[in-house]
Amino acid sequence: MSDFIGDWHALLVLLVAGVIPNQIWRMLGLWLGGGLDEGSDLLMWVKAVATAILAGVIAQILVDPPGALASVPALLRYAALVAGFAAFLLTRRSIFAGVVCGELVMLAGKWWLG
Amino acid sequence: MTLPPIDSPTWNSTLRAFLWGMSSVRATILAAVLFATYLGIGALAHDSHFSLAWTLLSTIFVWAGPAQIIVITTLGSGASILQSAIAVTMSAVRLFPMVVSVLPLMRTPETKRRQLILPAHFTAVTLWVECHRFLPQVPRKRRIAFVNGLGCGLLCVSLSANLIGYFLAANLSQTLGSAILLLTPLAFLFSTARNSRSLADALALALGLVLYPLASLINSGLDVLISGVVAGTIAYGFHKWREGP
Repeated sequence: MSDFIGDWHALLVLLVAGVIPNQIWRMLGLWLGGGLDEGSDLLMWVKAVATAILAGVIAQILVDPPGALASVPALLRYAALVAGFAAFLLTRRSIFAGVVCGELVMLAGKWWLG
Repeated sequence: MTLPPIDSPTWNSTLRAFLWGMSSVRATILAAVLFATYLGIGALAHDSHFSLAWTLLSTIFVWAGPAQIIVITTLGSGASILQSAIAVTMSAVRLFPMVVSVLPLMRTPETKRRQLILPAHFTAVTLWVECHRFLPQVPRKRRIAFVNGLGCGLLCVSLSANLIGYFLAANLSQTLGSAILLLTPLAFLFSTARNSRSLADALALALGLVLYPLASLINSGLDVLISGVVAGTIAYGFHKWREGP
């Protein structure tokens, strides 16, 4: 049972670093809704930064991978992402095609390298 | 899947509207993307040494894939709570315009604010897209029930995916385990690229990918935040410059 829950400190961290920073924005949207222009400069900047942070996290998983992904050589991880992106563009932005192609390249590469 | 006609008596029951919302999950390709994403998050949480309960609670209460990945990767790699909290706060700002634009679709003059708390909580990119698709086919007075059903359905999909991903990461061979972990960056890159309609967003995505490895050389503990703010600001500046004075 304690394995299932883990330590309580981690749950507190989840509340502080995960739940509150998200719910603030949703509840602000609920309370202030309508009063803000979606095309405003501030909101555009914030959206661009939010997108770039997400991109940074994607890069972080590939550059400094967690757990089992670290067993895949770095070049193969990047190749899988590039191949997936090419498939994504060729199929007129199909997420499914991109994911499947990226996975296949990674698996094929791993099999080939042994 | 087709919903009943808008004047059908089926819509007289709130419960039926909720159930229609829940079963609409089957009619959306985004639910498959959500499944892949949360499968990856389950595996990521396992390999970053978070408990199963922690993983499921984060899905229920955070309910935003990018934020969950930021929390797991930053904390898992030893960043401070403050750094994670700031990065998540920035990443979650996009929820604000989504909530602002989606709630008017289901509001009626009699709607009380507290009835909108749950739909606001469920608002994230998937629900936001599907609301714009489904709600025109739902009578206005049943839309809140429908959205709550849709949100619960998507949450069930995500929690099952979390469970499966967590379990698989614990038991699979290293090769298949790494395939599941790779789902997260792939699914996020492509769904973000798909949603990047403006030049500023597309540029922010590309620069963010390229600048992170540079920022990580500084090794400040704030790497994701630094590369994000720099890349986002350049992208925004470029967009303004192209627009002209």
